[in-house]
Amino acid sequence: MQTSTSTETDETIGMTGGAEAVIGRETVAAELTEEGGSGHRKHRLTRAEKRARKQAAKELAAHTIDKKHAVRLFLMVAPLLVLVVLFSYLPLFGWSYAFFDYEPPIPLSQSKFVGLQWFEMLVQNPAQLQQIGQVLMNTFAMSMLNILTSFLPVIFAIMLNEIRAKWFKNLIQTLTTLPNFISWVLVYSIAFAMFSSSGMVNELLMNLHIISTPIKFLDSPDQVWLKMLLWNLWKGLGWGSIMYLAGIAGIDPELYEAAQVDGANRFQQIIHVTIPQLMPTYFVLLMLNISNFLNNGMDQYFVFQNAFNMKYIQVLDLYVYNVGLAQNSLSLGTAISMLKSLVSVALLLIVNWLSKRTRGVGIV
Amino acid sequence: MTTATAEPRTRRARKNKKSVPPAMRRTRGEKVYNVVNIILLSVFAFICTYPFYYLIINSLSNNSLSAAGDVNWWIQGFHLENYKTVLGLDGLAQAAWISVARTVIGTVLTVLASAYLGFMFTQQKMWHRSFWYRFVVITMYFNAGLIPMFITMKNLGLTNNFWVYILPAIVQPFNIILVKTYIESIPASLQEAAEVDGAGTFTVFWRIVLPMCTPILATVAIFSAVNQWNSFQDTLIYMTDSKLYSLQYLLYTYINQASSIANSVKAGGSVTALASTATPTAIRMTVSVIVVLPIMFIYPFFQRFFVKGMMLGAVKG
Repeated sequence: MQTSTSTETDETIGMTGGAEAVIGRETVAAELTEEGGSGHRKHRLTRAEKRARKQAAKELAAHTIDKKHAVRLFLMVAPLLVLVVLFSYLPLFGWSYAFFDYEPPIPLSQSKFVGLQWFEMLVQNPAQLQQIGQVLMNTFAMSMLNILTSFLPVIFAIMLNEIRAKWFKNLIQTLTTLPNFISWVLVYSIAFAMFSSSGMVNELLMNLHIISTPIKFLDSPDQVWLKMLLWNLWKGLGWGSIMYLAGIAGIDPELYEAAQVDGANRFQQIIHVTIPQLMPTYFVLLMLNISNFLNNGMDQYFVFQNAFNMKYIQVLDLYVYNVGLAQNSLSLGTAISMLKSLVSVALLLIVNWLSKRTRGVGIV
Repeated sequence: MTTATAEPRTRRARKNKKSVPPAMRRTRGEKVYNVVNIILLSVFAFICTYPFYYLIINSLSNNSLSAAGDVNWWIQGFHLENYKTVLGLDGLAQAAWISVARTVIGTVLTVLASAYLGFMFTQQKMWHRSFWYRFVVITMYFNAGLIPMFITMKNLGLTNNFWVYILPAIVQPFNIILVKTYIESIPASLQEAAEVDGAGTFTVFWRIVLPMCTPILATVAIFSAVNQWNSFQDTLIYMTDSKLYSLQYLLYTYINQASSIANSVKAGGSVTALASTATPTAIRMTVSVIVVLPIMFIYPFFQRFFVKGMMLGAVKG
């Protein structure tokens, strides 16, 4: 009901506006003719006027139909735009909760306005500050490790490309990309089956009498960052290489021929042709990685977290969840969410600017 | 072998002329490299695949042998008791139903919405078209954050509501870009011809554009389906009602509380031989297999769609 009313209003406004514009233009035209006219003034003016009127009417009609059509097209997508507003723009207003002392059953309107109290708390309370420091360190460590190993998919793609048997190439590709399509919960389930104290690896080592007590792979605070990196690689390496494989397939064969004429062997061809040709792709992905520095995601760390590794596994995304929902401190959670989102957007803009400066093309 | 350098075109090389770059002479170093290469790749492929195999054979094997760590390479003492027990567990059928429902409904709606919006945003005449297009696309680059999102959903009445799985996922800017680019790449003459014949915008979309977009929509569908099936976080955040748990979330609770589940199974279950009594580990592995099977089945057949989707994404990115 409401949408149909707004249609009519829109159309009416459109029509009036259009008509005015057209009439205005015609008047000017008529005046011009008048000024420039010589003999047979009256007669010519009327003819010009008539023509102008006809033209104006035609234009007006066409314009109205166009306008009507344009608005109708918009109304056809409007219901879906509502979804965008609800789920992408409306949550931004949720940021206002960061400035109140919000306790769920009490509505926001009756909550106490506390200004920047939550933000101050983040930097003033020493215990909190220390925790935030550790969380940031974990976030940085995981992101840095991922960025530092981002060349591995390139190497994997080059290695795979060296295989000549097509069936073998396809087989390896299928098998190594499979882990990318399972959820982190399943990865954890696999980790549990393989590495828990009664898991496959411990059983195997104990049956072989290499160890006498099970190694705690999952519930220990040692090398948490490294373990998380390895799981990440297990899941993502094969998939990450696909883009580079396509990149290699797209390299101009003449480059290789030229290299061969110059006497380059296969290794030299890889180093002097393949790798430089893949660099632009690598650079774009690296930039995207950097702009996602704070967004490690939460699933992986959530499923792997336990009382033993908590200190080193808690990245920013997980911390927001733990503070906001597990400890039910929604306002503080919102404050951290908000800061994180703002920094992320800033990072994206900076990286985009850098990319424009260095390559002439932005990444977004 | 080494003398073949001047005339490297052996019969095999000639046969494979296209796939083998010219002048592929193999020195000894290269041969060693090839072997090392094949071994390394095989090892990594094995590491990627073996855990799945391990879960499957253990879920089908004698549970006491499995618990002793004897089942590593093949099934020992085949039985299906684990599957019978797990399928009888409280909540599993319900969770499977929720997961299937969200995957099917979510995928269909996302595909239709992506196609529709992708098409509509090619309509030059739309009122402020480029503004609305940007209005949608820019949402890819910002995110209010977890807690503000939770508060919004709560205020919209979407917590403990099945539709929270579906509605936020319908409009995906990335998919819209994919479809729009695709439609722009096909000649407009067909659309124009239909319009001359008096077809309205929606008819053009439904009869002409939608059928032509099937290749790209297949890619969108497959990604959307995998995301819906794998999604875990939304259940964790928005759901407290166990009737709305997805299979992934149920698996997570099973991993964390497997011992209590085994107890409940024992309490209500019949007296069976130890070999087939479902241990916590057996339950965990069996549920994992049930959750992973759909992916393992569809993945090899749809791999090319995944790869294509990634490529198209790369062109844009």
